[in-house]
Amino acid sequence: MKTFGLIVNRLVYAFVLLFAVLVLNFTLMHMAPGDVADTISQSMGGADEELLIEIRKDYGLDQPYYQQLVTYIGKVLRFDLGHSFFFNEPVSKLVLERVPATLLLVITAQILALLLGVVLGVYSARKPNGILSHFVTLFALFGYSAPVFWTGILLLIAFSLQIPLFPVAGMRDVTIEGNFWVHAIDVMKHMVLPVLTLASIFLALYSRLARATMIETLGTDFVRTARAKGLPERQVVYKHALRNSLSPVVTLAGLQFSAVVSGAVLVEAVFSWPGLGTLAFQSIIARDTPTILGILFFSALVVIIGNLLTDLALRFVDPRVGASK
Amino acid sequence: MVDKLLEVKNLRVELQTKDGVVPVIDDLSFDLDYGESLSFVGESGCGKSMTALALMGLLPEKVGRIASGSIKFEGRQLANASSEDLRKIRGNEISMIFQEPMTSLNPVLSVGEQISEVLRLHQKMSVNSAWKRAEDLLDAVNIPDPKRRVHDYPFQMSGGQRQRVMIAMALACEPKILIADEPTTALDVTVQAQIFGLLKDLQTKTGTSIILITHDMGAVAQMARKMIVMYAGRPCEIGEVAQVIKTPQHPYTTGLISCVPHLDDAIIDANNRLSEIPGIVPSLREFGSNKCLFASRCKHQMEQCRAERPVLAQFSNKQAFACWKREIIDAG
Repeated sequence: MKTFGLIVNRLVYAFVLLFAVLVLNFTLMHMAPGDVADTISQSMGGADEELLIEIRKDYGLDQPYYQQLVTYIGKVLRFDLGHSFFFNEPVSKLVLERVPATLLLVITAQILALLLGVVLGVYSARKPNGILSHFVTLFALFGYSAPVFWTGILLLIAFSLQIPLFPVAGMRDVTIEGNFWVHAIDVMKHMVLPVLTLASIFLALYSRLARATMIETLGTDFVRTARAKGLPERQVVYKHALRNSLSPVVTLAGLQFSAVVSGAVLVEAVFSWPGLGTLAFQSIIARDTPTILGILFFSALVVIIGNLLTDLALRFVDPRVGASK
Repeated sequence: MVDKLLEVKNLRVELQTKDGVVPVIDDLSFDLDYGESLSFVGESGCGKSMTALALMGLLPEKVGRIASGSIKFEGRQLANASSEDLRKIRGNEISMIFQEPMTSLNPVLSVGEQISEVLRLHQKMSVNSAWKRAEDLLDAVNIPDPKRRVHDYPFQMSGGQRQRVMIAMALACEPKILIADEPTTALDVTVQAQIFGLLKDLQTKTGTSIILITHDMGAVAQMARKMIVMYAGRPCEIGEVAQVIKTPQHPYTTGLISCVPHLDDAIIDANNRLSEIPGIVPSLREFGSNKCLFASRCKHQMEQCRAERPVLAQFSNKQAFACWKREIIDAG
């Protein structure tokens, strides 16, 4: 019942928040210099003032700000994110087409980073002065401080050019024919490098955090109690200590959901991954306001859903969360 | 010959510190019979808790080790037993409750799980019967409505209740020895009395032996039959509780006892100040040196005290103490 109440509560907040995001995004985009008319005139090699006004009229850009805003919000409420000037397609279609590719990339990277990060963190916490522990620290520092596009390009040079193990770009090879599994394996091959690149940032964060919290938890009284009960070391570490160390890691993982778009933009650009990031990049260059707004709206939605899931996961991990009123 | 329940001989435990190896327990011998209760008394850092950890095989890894001596539990040598053998004894035949009930239970597991886990591990009980037994144990430690409370998490309980859960957990496998390391220090006075009452009750019911570690003379008088006074890692007086409290021989024991306020004192003489032992515990660097470590705080100190370590010598048939001043020191 408590969980149900929480979900309802959060959905109400989510609605208010989305509305605010919508207004803010629209206002910011409106304030930014340049619009689609400039892009069109550029692609035509220049246009006179009259033509620009004509174009703006066509797209409804000549109307006052508040009227444009009201029109836009009215459309969004009817699940219409508008029409892309640049791609000449409905924005919702554009975004939804790109979402699966991005989610595939980001979720795989997240899960890989989370699992590996926690395992490495736990392992190095048990032997804080061991060789592996120092290696993890070093690796984490490297992963965190190296810019993703640089890591991505290095991986490309190493494993696509010097040792051609993986394809250079894209998500699938159009020349390949075969059943579902042939295609699945093809996509996986394309995924390896972008996933590794993206995971390297997350992995750095999670392994450092897991290591720090585990070291702290292993020194607590209840871990000593678990040992005094005669539990095997494996149970002491994984049942008693790990669950108590998970909360901060889960919280951080939830916050990283916002990286769905931001982190993926660069990685997708390096690997020409046909996801939201690439779309965002293209539409920003083209000043395609409706598409940008659509992507921003969608990423706000993802962040809100991510936070709700984090809240639920925390309740599962730690019974104390939400128990006090 | 029947083996004693616990027989500790010339135990020496060393800790690795920045200043080198320090003997935190230096030549400790004692034994414990079935159903008996023994108390370790002393200030912080005197080696009481280290003794408990050494018995449990829980000395801090790589830092502490049993350097010499023997710990025999029903004839089995624990001092150099494998960690796997020790693990099977811990929580099963020898178990322990700690000073901090607030933090000694795992916050994310229900108390039922934490109790039944021990039963599943050591008694190979099924999930259901272990859970049932956990309910019974909560009932035995006087937690009301055990059927409902067994699902509770530690944060839903008070300090006294948590310590009761710890006791239930420690007694789950009916251990032969229960080590209670300052079990009531973090609790308020009325709850202290309840916990001691409960421990005594359970002892008569189950026949377990209790090793009580404390700095509270009142607790010793209430709980134990035999006591060992420790100072700076060394035993300085051993004997029957009633006898030691009545006729303490070692100046340190005398000091400890005179620190306890008496109700009637205060009424008779309002200006009667509480006495204290002057000075502080010697630093770890001095541990293990061949002299009386208490000498610097002792009003009876002599030349010999600073030159040679006093040996533990029998005074009457059940009392022994380590002091060079052999004639009876009057309490004043």
